Amino acid sequence: MTTDVLIRVEGLEKHFGGRIHALNGVSAEIRKGEVVVVIGPSGSGKSTFLRCLNLLEMPSAGKITFEGVDITDPKVNINLHRQKMGMVFQHFNLFPNMTVLKNMTVAPVTLHKKSREAAEVLAKQLLERVGLADRAGAYPNQLSGGQKQRIAIVRALCMEPDVMLFDEPTSALDPEMVGEVLDVMKQLAREGMTMVVVTHEMGFAREVGDRVIFMDGGRIIEQGTPEQVFEHPENPRLKEFLGKIL
Amino acid sequence: MALQSWWENIKFQFDLNFVQRNRWRFITTGLGNTLLITLLSLMLGVVIGVVIAGVRSTYDKTADSARPTFGRKVLGFFNALCKVYITVLRGTPVVVQLMIICLVIFAWSDNGVALASLAFGLNSGAYVAEIIRGGIMAIDNGQFEAGRSLGFNYLQTMRHVVLPQVIKNVLPSLMNEFIALLKETSVAGYAAVRDLTYGGNTIAGQTYSYFMPLIAVALIYLTLVMFLTWVVGRVERRLRSNDH
Repeated sequence: MTTDVLIRVEGLEKHFGGRIHALNGVSAEIRKGEVVVVIGPSGSGKSTFLRCLNLLEMPSAGKITFEGVDITDPKVNINLHRQKMGMVFQHFNLFPNMTVLKNMTVAPVTLHKKSREAAEVLAKQLLERVGLADRAGAYPNQLSGGQKQRIAIVRALCMEPDVMLFDEPTSALDPEMVGEVLDVMKQLAREGMTMVVVTHEMGFAREVGDRVIFMDGGRIIEQGTPEQVFEHPENPRLKEFLGKIL
Repeated sequence: MALQSWWENIKFQFDLNFVQRNRWRFITTGLGNTLLITLLSLMLGVVIGVVIAGVRSTYDKTADSARPTFGRKVLGFFNALCKVYITVLRGTPVVVQLMIICLVIFAWSDNGVALASLAFGLNSGAYVAEIIRGGIMAIDNGQFEAGRSLGFNYLQTMRHVVLPQVIKNVLPSLMNEFIALLKETSVAGYAAVRDLTYGGNTIAGQTYSYFMPLIAVALIYLTLVMFLTWVVGRVERRLRSNDH
C-alpha cells in the first residue's frame, strides 16, 4: 500500500429537502490501493457518503478531491471522472435489454475508451476471471442474483477504473450467493484495486479491509484497522452496534 | 316472394349508392384521405410527444441534483409551457380544436387534409407525450444511475440505456393510440374535410339512403381496426418473447 491519496473528502454535508441531514461534515481520505469498508446502522449516511464520492448525490456542502481535481467544482466535467470510478449497486442495475457482453462493452465503446474488439477481448478476460465466460451471450434475467452482481462488477471493471465503489453489494442476494460475490471482491482487493465498500458483511470487513470506518448520524464516529474497530472499539455507539450484529 | 323483393331492393340500393355516377369514388377518396390524415397526424403527434416528454421527464429527473442555474430556469419555463399545452389539448374536444384550426385560424386555406392532419397531430401529441413520459418514468432509476456511474452524460444515458427500454414498453400503447386516432379522424367532416365518413355522408345526401353508405363506412373502419389490432397483438407477443 502506498500513501498517495486518491480521494480526499472535506466537510461533506448532504441535506435532503432541508430537513433530513444525511451527512453532517464528513472528512476522510481514501489512499491508493486501500480497501476501506464503511459500516454503520441503516440511516447512518454510509450509502449517501459513497454515492457522493462520484456525485450520484450532489453534496450540499464540502469538497471532494479525486486524483487532485476538485470534482464538486461545477466547472468540472464529472462524466470524465466517473469513468475512472466504477460503481456496484445493491440491486445490480444491469441493462436488461442487453446481453452480458453488451452490458460490459457499451460504455467503453460508446465513450471511445476502446475499440469494440479491444473491449470485447477485455470483457471476455474479465468474464473468465469471475467464472462466467459461458454467459457472455445471456441476458440479465437469465442469471442468478450472484451471477448478476459478478457481471455488474466486471461491467464496472471494463472501464478500467482507478477506484471501485460498492454500495451494499450483497444485501439483495440470497445467502448462498453472497460468497461468490465476496470472493470476486476479495480477488479484486488482492490485485491492488482501491475499494470503498459499504456493507454489512463484517467477515469481509475483518478479512479484507485495510481500514474500517464506522458511521452514525451522518458522521464518522470511529475508524481504524479492522482489529482496532472490532476488537478494541472505543465509542459506545460502535460498541452497541457491534454488540447487536456480532 | 318477400325474400326476392328484399334481395332486389338490396341490389337496387347497392347500385344506387355505389355504382351509379361512380359514387364509390366518394368512399375510396375518403378512405385515402382518412389514412393520409391518420398517418400524418401520427407522425406529427410522435414528434411533438417525444419533444414534450423529453422536456417534462428531463425536468423531473434532474429535480434534486441540478443546481438552480439559468439553464434550469429555461427548462422550467418550457416544462410549464408543455404542461399548459397538455392541459389545453386534452381538456377540450378534438372536434372543437379541429374547427378552430380549420375555420378560425386557417380559415383562408382550403387544404382540408393538411389542416385536419395538423389538428389531429397537435391533439395526438398531447396524448403521445404522456404515454412516452410514463414510459420514461417507469424505467427504474437504477438504470439511470448505472448509466451515469459508467461515465455516460444525461443524453448518452437516455439514448443508450433508457430509450431502447422505453420504446419497447410504449410501442403497444403508441399503436393503440394510432388505432384510436384512425377512428377519431371521422369527425373531420365537421370542418368539411373529405374523409371516409364524410364520403359516406355525401353519398347518402345524394341518394337519400343512409343504410348502405354508413354500413359500408362502418365495415371499412372495422376491418382496418381489426387488422391493426391483430398487428399490435403480434408486436406485443414479439416484444414479450424476447423480453430479457
